[in-house]
Amino acid sequence: MSDSPDLAKLIFGRLTWDAIPFHEPILLWTFVAVAAGGIALLAALTYFRLWGYLWREWFTSIDHKKIGVMYMVLGLVMLLRGFSDAIMMRMQQAVAFGHVQGFLPPHHYDQIFTAHGVIMIFFVAMPLVTGLMNFVVPLQIGARDVSFPFLNNFSFWMTTAGAALIMMSLFVGEFARTGWLAYPPLSGIAQSPDVGVDYYIWGLQIAGVGTLLSGINLLVTIIKMRAPGMTMMRMPVFTWTALCTNVLIVAAFPVLTAVLALLALDRYAGTNFFTTTLGGDAMMYVNLIWIWGHPEVYILILPAFGIYSEVVATFSRKRLFGYTSMVYATVVITVLSYLVWLHHFFTMGSGASVNSFFGITTMIISIPTGAKIFNWLFTMYRGRITFEVPMLWTVAFMVTFTIGGMTGVMLAVPPADFALHNSLFLIAHFHNVIIGGVLFGLFAGINYWFPKAFGFRLDPFWGKVSFWFWVVGFYFAFMPLYVLGLMGVTRRLNHFEDPSLQIWFQIAAFGALLIALGIGAMLIQFYVSFRNREALRDHTGDPWGGRTLEWSTSSPPPAYNFAFTPRVHNRDAWWQMKQHNYERPTAAFIAIHMPKNTGAGVILGGISTVLGFAMIWHMWPLAVLSFIALLAVAIGHTFNYQRDYHIPADEVSRVEAARSELLANHV
Amino acid sequence: MSLKALRGLLLPVVLLLTGCHTVLMSPSGDVALQQRDLIITSLLLMLIIIVPVIVLTLLFAWRYRASHKRDDYDPDWNHSTMLELLIWSAPLLIIIALGAVTWVSTHKLDPFRPLERLSEGRPVPADSKPLEIDVVALDWKWLFIYPEQGIATVNEVAAPVDRPIEFHITASTVMNSFFVPALAGQIYAMPGMQTTLHAVINKAGDFDGFSANYSGAGFSGMHFMFHGMSEAQFGQWIAQAKAGQALSRDAYLQLAKPSENAPVSRYASVAPSLFDAIVNQCVTPGPSCMSGMKGPNLPAPEHTEDSMHDMPMAQPQ
Repeated sequence: MSDSPDLAKLIFGRLTWDAIPFHEPILLWTFVAVAAGGIALLAALTYFRLWGYLWREWFTSIDHKKIGVMYMVLGLVMLLRGFSDAIMMRMQQAVAFGHVQGFLPPHHYDQIFTAHGVIMIFFVAMPLVTGLMNFVVPLQIGARDVSFPFLNNFSFWMTTAGAALIMMSLFVGEFARTGWLAYPPLSGIAQSPDVGVDYYIWGLQIAGVGTLLSGINLLVTIIKMRAPGMTMMRMPVFTWTALCTNVLIVAAFPVLTAVLALLALDRYAGTNFFTTTLGGDAMMYVNLIWIWGHPEVYILILPAFGIYSEVVATFSRKRLFGYTSMVYATVVITVLSYLVWLHHFFTMGSGASVNSFFGITTMIISIPTGAKIFNWLFTMYRGRITFEVPMLWTVAFMVTFTIGGMTGVMLAVPPADFALHNSLFLIAHFHNVIIGGVLFGLFAGINYWFPKAFGFRLDPFWGKVSFWFWVVGFYFAFMPLYVLGLMGVTRRLNHFEDPSLQIWFQIAAFGALLIALGIGAMLIQFYVSFRNREALRDHTGDPWGGRTLEWSTSSPPPAYNFAFTPRVHNRDAWWQMKQHNYERPTAAFIAIHMPKNTGAGVILGGISTVLGFAMIWHMWPLAVLSFIALLAVAIGHTFNYQRDYHIPADEVSRVEAARSELLANHV
Repeated sequence: MSLKALRGLLLPVVLLLTGCHTVLMSPSGDVALQQRDLIITSLLLMLIIIVPVIVLTLLFAWRYRASHKRDDYDPDWNHSTMLELLIWSAPLLIIIALGAVTWVSTHKLDPFRPLERLSEGRPVPADSKPLEIDVVALDWKWLFIYPEQGIATVNEVAAPVDRPIEFHITASTVMNSFFVPALAGQIYAMPGMQTTLHAVINKAGDFDGFSANYSGAGFSGMHFMFHGMSEAQFGQWIAQAKAGQALSRDAYLQLAKPSENAPVSRYASVAPSLFDAIVNQCVTPGPSCMSGMKGPNLPAPEHTEDSMHDMPMAQPQ
C-alpha cells in the first residue's frame, strides 16, 4: 500500500483532517450550533413534507418574483453571518488593550474582518439589491417576467453557490486573511499559501457569473420589455436607477473577473502579473480591483436612491419633485463613478496632478448626489407625509447619508486623505454611507414592497422598534470611529496599547449591541407579521396609495403579473390611472404564454460549488469531472425544448374574477 | 429622531473644535498641521450646505406631516426652475471652491516635493540639506537606515527638531503604509518600489508611528516611536547606536525573517548600498537585481549607485 498516500493526495488534494478546526473552540461551537440548526431545519422540512413544494414552487421557479424573494432570503441569512463577524470584531477591539489579548488571535481575527467585508458587500448588499430589482422592475414596467427567465434562476443559484463556498470556509480550512480586496503580494502564493485566498477567488468568481448574467438580464428587460407608452422619461425612478446599476454591473464585473483570474493564475500557474521582482506590478491589481470596486459602491447605492424616490413620493402623497433632474443626476453619477477609482489609494504615491484629478472628480459626484437629496426634500415640501416604516427609514437616511457624504468629500481631498486613509475615520465614513444609504434603503424597500410580495403588510410596531435600535445603534457604533480616526487609529488592528482609546471602542461595541437588537426586532417583525397575517392582509393590492404599476396588481401578483399589458400615459402611471377612475378589465381574457420551471439552474449551481471546492483544495480529478459535468448539463439544457406553457384563458378569468370579488368586498 | 441625529452630527464637530487630545487635530509637524487645516477647511466649507439640508429635512418632516393638515398641500407640484437652479448651483459653487483648494494643496503637500518651509513664516534655509532616512517595512517591524550617519535602528526613529527630513520608503515582502500621525500624512511602503516623504517635526517629543496598511499576522504589533529632539540630543542618540553591532547583509536577512512585536535595536554600521538592494529585492546573493533585468539573459550587473535610476518607482523623480 505504498501508493495510498499518493492516491489520497490525488483525490483529496490538500484536504486533510487538519483542515477541520477542532482546535478552535469558537468555530467548533459555531459548527455544532449551525449543524444542530441545520439538521433541525432539514428535519422540519422533511416532517412537513415541504421538499417537493420548495423544489417545485421555489428552487426551480423562473418567476422573477419568487427569484427576487429567494435573493432577499439569501441576503438576510448572510446578513446574520456578516453581522456575527462584525460583533466579534467590536468585542475584540473593546477588550484587547495592554496585556489583555482578547479572545481572537490574529489568525482568526484577520479572517473575520476579511469575511465581514466580503460577505456584507457580495452576499448581503448585492443579493438584497438584486432581489429587489428582480422583484420590482418587471412589475414597475408592466412586464410579465424578465427577458431571460431561466438565466435569472441560474444567476441566483450561481450567487448562492458562491455564498455556499464562502460559508464552507468557516468549517473546512480557513478564509483569506488579506482584507476584503486581497491585495497582492499579501494574497500571493508566497505570503498566503493556504486555501483562504482560493476560497475568496472561487467564491467571488462563481458568484460573479451570477451577478453579471443577472445584470445583463435586467438591462435587457428594462430596455426591451417596458409596457407600451412607457418612454424612458416615463420610467419610475427605481427602474431608472436599476437601469443605471445594471449598466454598471455589466461594465464593471468583467474587470473583477479578469483581475481575480490574473490573481488565480499567479497562485495556480506561477505567473507573475503582480510580482514586482519579475516584471509584474502589484499596483496594477490595486488599480484594476478599484476600477471594479468604485462602480460597485454605486451599484449598491443607486437602487437605494431609487427606493427612496418611490417611498418619499408615495408617503408624501405628491409627485416626485424634479424627476428630470433626478434622472440626469443618476446618469451623471453612473458615468462619473468610472472616473474616481484612484481616490482609494492616493497614498500609493501617484503624482500630485493625478491625485488632484481624482480628488476633484470625486467631489464632483457630490453635486448630483446633493441635487438628489434636495429633490427628496422638496418632494416632502407641501406634502402630506405619513410616517409609515419605509418613510422613517427614508428620513433617517437623508440625515445620516448627508453626514456620510460630507466625510466622504473630506477624504477626497488628497492631503487630508494622507492623514485619514485606512483610519477608523474611513471605516466610519463608508459604514455611514453603506449602512445609512444602502441598508436603510433596503429596509425601506423591504417594508414597502413586502405586502406586494406576500399579500400582507409587515407589523409596523416591530418595524419601528427595529428602526430605532438600528438608527440609534448606528450612531453609537460609528460616531466613535470618526473620533478614533482623528486620534490616528488605523483599521484592522486586533490589539491596542493606548488605554485612552478604550472608552470609544466600548461605546462602539455598545452601538453594535443595539444594532443586534435591531436585527432581532426585524426577525421578530417577520414572525409577528406572519402570525398576524390575516389582520395585516392587503386585499387591495395598493396598501400605501402607490403611484407606479406594481400597485395596480393584486398582492401577491398572479404568476403572469398583468392579465393585459397596461398602457402608460404618465410618469406616475398607476396614480394617473386612479385619478381617471381606471376600470380593471374583467372579461375577454386570453391564454398567457409563460416560461416553464426547470431544475437546470440548481444543478449547475451545485456542480459549480463542487468545481470551486475541488479547485480550492487542488482535487484535480474532481475538478476535471465537475467541469465536464458543468458543460454537459449546460449543453444538455439547450436540448430541453419543453420550456414554455400557456395559462389557459379560463384560469386567467378565474384568477381575475376572484380578485374582482375581493376588491368588491374590501374597497 | 431629531435629537439623536443632531447629536450624531454635532459630535465630530464639537470634537474638532475642542478636541486637542486627538493627534490629527493637534499635530507637531508642519506637514501634518497643514493637513489638519485642510481637513477643517473642507469640513467648514461643506457645513455651509450640510447643516441647512439636515435642518430642512427635519423641519419639512415635522411641518408637512399628514396629521398637521396644512392647507397648502399640493400633490402635483413637482417642478420649479428657480429651485432646480439653486440645488444644482449651490453644491457646484462649494465644489468649485473646494476643488481649487484641492488642486493647490495637493501640489503643495505632495509628499515627493521637498519642503519649502519649516513652519508658518519660516522658509527652509537655502544651505540646509534634509536629513535622509531610508525606511524599510519588514514582517512585522520597521527598519530605519541613516545613510549619512551610517547607522540603522529597528522600531525607533529620531530626527532633530526643525530639520527637514527626507524619507525613502520601501518594504521587504508586502504592502505597508508608513505613518507618524503627529509628523505628516502616510505613504505606502511597497516591495520592489520606493516612495518618498518630506516632513519636518517642530516640537520635541515622542510620537507614535505604525503601519497603516494591514500586512499580515504581526500587523497590530508593527509600531515604532518617532522622537523629535534637539541637535545635541540627536548627536547622542546617533552615538548610542554606534555602540551596537553591524548590519551586514546576513544580519539583515536574519532580521527580515517574520517576527512580531520586535524590540528596539540599533546597528552601528550598515552594509554598503543595502537599501538599494532591498528596494531591488536582491539582498540574497544569487538572484539578479531588478535593475539588471532589462533584457533576457543579461548577467546581473555590479550593484552601483546608478541602479537607483533603473528602479521602478511609485513615481518617477
